[in-house]
Amino acid sequence: MNGRPQIEPDAAASAPDVIGVERSEGPAVAALLAVGIGAFVLGLLTTLAEASTTIRDWLQLTDAVGPLSGKTTFAVIAWLIAWGGLHLALRERARLTTGVLVTTGVLLAAGLLGTFPVFFELFASE
Amino acid sequence: MELTGPELWGLVHGMVFGALFLLAFAGGLAELHLLRPTTETPSGLRVSARRIGLGVTSMAVLAWGTVITGTWIVYPDYREQVPTSPRSILLADPATEAWHTFGMEWKEHVAWLSPMLATVVAFIVLYYGVALARNDRLRRTAMTLFILAFAIAAVAGAFGALITKAAPIQ
Repeated sequence: MNGRPQIEPDAAASAPDVIGVERSEGPAVAALLAVGIGAFVLGLLTTLAEASTTIRDWLQLTDAVGPLSGKTTFAVIAWLIAWGGLHLALRERARLTTGVLVTTGVLLAAGLLGTFPVFFELFASE
Repeated sequence: MELTGPELWGLVHGMVFGALFLLAFAGGLAELHLLRPTTETPSGLRVSARRIGLGVTSMAVLAWGTVITGTWIVYPDYREQVPTSPRSILLADPATEAWHTFGMEWKEHVAWLSPMLATVVAFIVLYYGVALARNDRLRRTAMTLFILAFAIAAVAGAFGALITKAAPIQ
């Protein structure tokens, strides 16, 4: 028991304006895939910066913050561009399928792996 | 008794933005869990949806505040190339170097996933509003992302506290 009154689903669903406007799942799908892409890019850049001094130097947007400045800035940019593009492409038609959830999960897992020191240090260039 | 600039920003980063985000999590998760037609009256669902939208949006803002202040204001002092910086102190002693090579290296990267995830949760709640109550799969997906955002923030916060204890920013 959660302490709140239990409402019959049918009664709630049939009441006017209870459940809001029917909206396509497309925008949610776009947001999910985009955050997966953003996470993947962050993991990829983190690992690439470890593997290559050229990439590490390129990612160093400011000396004070070091390569972290580029890794995070470009990951956020990739996330926002992916979100915008996917939103425009999917907003009217996509469904929140198991495939979308699995793809998002795989991208997020790859991003988490790429930002894990024990993993990215395997690619250390020196 | 006074705080230096870096100490003050460390507090804002960890104890204001970061701690508020972590403290707000349980309430937000409970609200998302209860956003179902079986647990609220129709008018209650509408009020809950608005309240959750405000809550998770605030949390997303807090998460962004945490990583932006952490990376762009606190981190430069941490990694300064002088013998007295926390990074230098930790790396100088084999007994403490893992706080940097594992703890800080993980925290500084993975923490950025938390605001991205929290923003997506905020978007889903704001965009779908009360309609989320009948889309169980989407609501559960939002809850999963919310939990992941919290878990990542908790890892980053825990390492932040422990690293600060081992080698405080001054």
